[in-house]
Amino acid sequence: MRSAPLARRLPLAYAGATGVVALTMLVALVVGPVHIPVSGAMRDLVDHLPGVDLHSGLAQSDQAILWQFRAPRIVLGALVGGMLAVAGSAYQGAFRNPLADPYLLGVAGGAGLGATLAIVARTTVSHSIFSPVPLAAFAGALGAVVITYLVGGAGRAATTTTLVLAGVAVSSFVTAVQTYIQQRNSDVLREVYTWILGRLIAARWSDVGLVIPYVVVASGVIMAMRRTLDVLAVGDEEATTLGIRVGRARLIIVIAASLGTAAVVAVSGLIAFVGIIVPHGVRLVVGTSYRRIVPLSMLVGAAFLVATDLLARTVASPAEVPIGVITAFFGAPFFVLLLRGSRRARS
Amino acid sequence: MTGSGIPLRATDVAVRLGGRMVVDGVSLAVEPGEWIGIIGPNGAGKSTLLKALAGVVRHTGTIEMNGREIHEMRGRDRARLVAMVAQNPMIPEGITGRDYVQLGRTPHLDRLQRAAPGDARRVIDTMRSLDALEFADRRVETLSGGERQRVLLSRALVQDTAVLLLDEPTSALDVGHQQEVMELIDRLRRERRLTIISTLHDLTLASRYPDRLVMLVEGRIVADGPAFEVLTEDHLARFYGANVTVLCTSDGLAILPRRPFQENPR
Repeated sequence: MRSAPLARRLPLAYAGATGVVALTMLVALVVGPVHIPVSGAMRDLVDHLPGVDLHSGLAQSDQAILWQFRAPRIVLGALVGGMLAVAGSAYQGAFRNPLADPYLLGVAGGAGLGATLAIVARTTVSHSIFSPVPLAAFAGALGAVVITYLVGGAGRAATTTTLVLAGVAVSSFVTAVQTYIQQRNSDVLREVYTWILGRLIAARWSDVGLVIPYVVVASGVIMAMRRTLDVLAVGDEEATTLGIRVGRARLIIVIAASLGTAAVVAVSGLIAFVGIIVPHGVRLVVGTSYRRIVPLSMLVGAAFLVATDLLARTVASPAEVPIGVITAFFGAPFFVLLLRGSRRARS
Repeated sequence: MTGSGIPLRATDVAVRLGGRMVVDGVSLAVEPGEWIGIIGPNGAGKSTLLKALAGVVRHTGTIEMNGREIHEMRGRDRARLVAMVAQNPMIPEGITGRDYVQLGRTPHLDRLQRAAPGDARRVIDTMRSLDALEFADRRVETLSGGERQRVLLSRALVQDTAVLLLDEPTSALDVGHQQEVMELIDRLRRERRLTIISTLHDLTLASRYPDRLVMLVEGRIVADGPAFEVLTEDHLARFYGANVTVLCTSDGLAILPRRPFQENPR
């Protein structure tokens, strides 16, 4: 038996996760190349609450750094991390596959191709305010998933295995096309590569506004289907005897998860690993039910990405390390520790 | 119970799987509170018939529950009328007994998938009545065969249906646990007025518990009635290719294999 019964651990897990999200966001707000006093930042934060008027004593430039650079980046990081983790847990449940991640059905390859095409095409159009890259990445990601579904799920006898294998085929294909285009346009190689490794550097409030509707709708749908995810775990036949329309339920979950993933990937690039380790980490602590995994993955994913982004912009300051490198470099050892810890507690 | 008073009536039911007729023209009417045992040689279509009754595989013909064809019902409505325990259900890794049994309440959740206030209580009460409460916080995959069967039955019972379908409920159990599980099913059926349809491969057990046996061979019913009419030496020779003696004792029937010949009888 494990240390404490779940009923006692659960409120603690929610409270802890919420606290960690708030704390990492605050730390990320005050830490950076430009030193801003914590008290000033706090007062300025309170000042931004509606109906409160408080003088923070911060210079205009410091305020601009806080609210025009750091804050949107932090909020975007939280949205991206939360969405990727929730989408990962949804894919794992819908496909009963612990290795499923949000990129399973070709989202990553499709987004990569879309972004590469947009970057290549853009070389002619100089700095316009509107960047076509996110839109192209979003379209590419959704396009790849739709093709995967048409190829792998069209027949009535479609199984999760054929769908996953179709995802592998579609991913390989679009990645091949993307690599070819990238090699033919070596002048954009660096830019494409930076995009693929994921970045939150140029985050603006407009990016936040762009992804928020998708994140809210997608995670809302997945939350509403948390018990369906639990039922799918016992197999398609038994889920049917429990009144679930399996094919339809799986389709809705996959559409929601893919839409959310495509939206965040469009603004953040391909941040690896979050969609796998966060839900699994949560699962190790609170057990197998998606009733708990989905909401906690949202919180932990948000905190995880804000924290790794903080590392990404501080470890080699003033240079930035690609966030995808940090998520894997720090995430993998942490996950192994968690895994070993839970093994010991269980035996 | 509403409608005709017959909770389940199958008429000319056929199931085709992979181009083969696995169930072929089965008609069956089940009385409320009756326990029907489906027997038959391997590959006779017993499990498939059960799955058809549960609405898991497509069928032709009609299967009516409380007077309504099951394929015209929403899955959720059907799941409130009939529950099923599969022979080898997939147990999610790490799931606790309580979480597993809770799944049985799925057809009773509201639109936003919220559980009714009494659901957690119901799960506990059901597990207690099956002596399974001690497994509430244990991982289901670590339970023994008999313990596990009680958790599986709890999940089906908490679904609160009139009909319970059991696919080989005793298949992995020793004789003591077989008896325990069969007695438990019988008790539940009496207490809750459940209608039970179960496949059974152990013919001696099959002769003792169900009210009525249905013998299925190559997807068709070849015999239907009380045990002593269905389990005859003639039927077993013809349909199972078995050379057996059927002993009639004061406790019921016993099926004894006959050896062709023994050179050295001890």
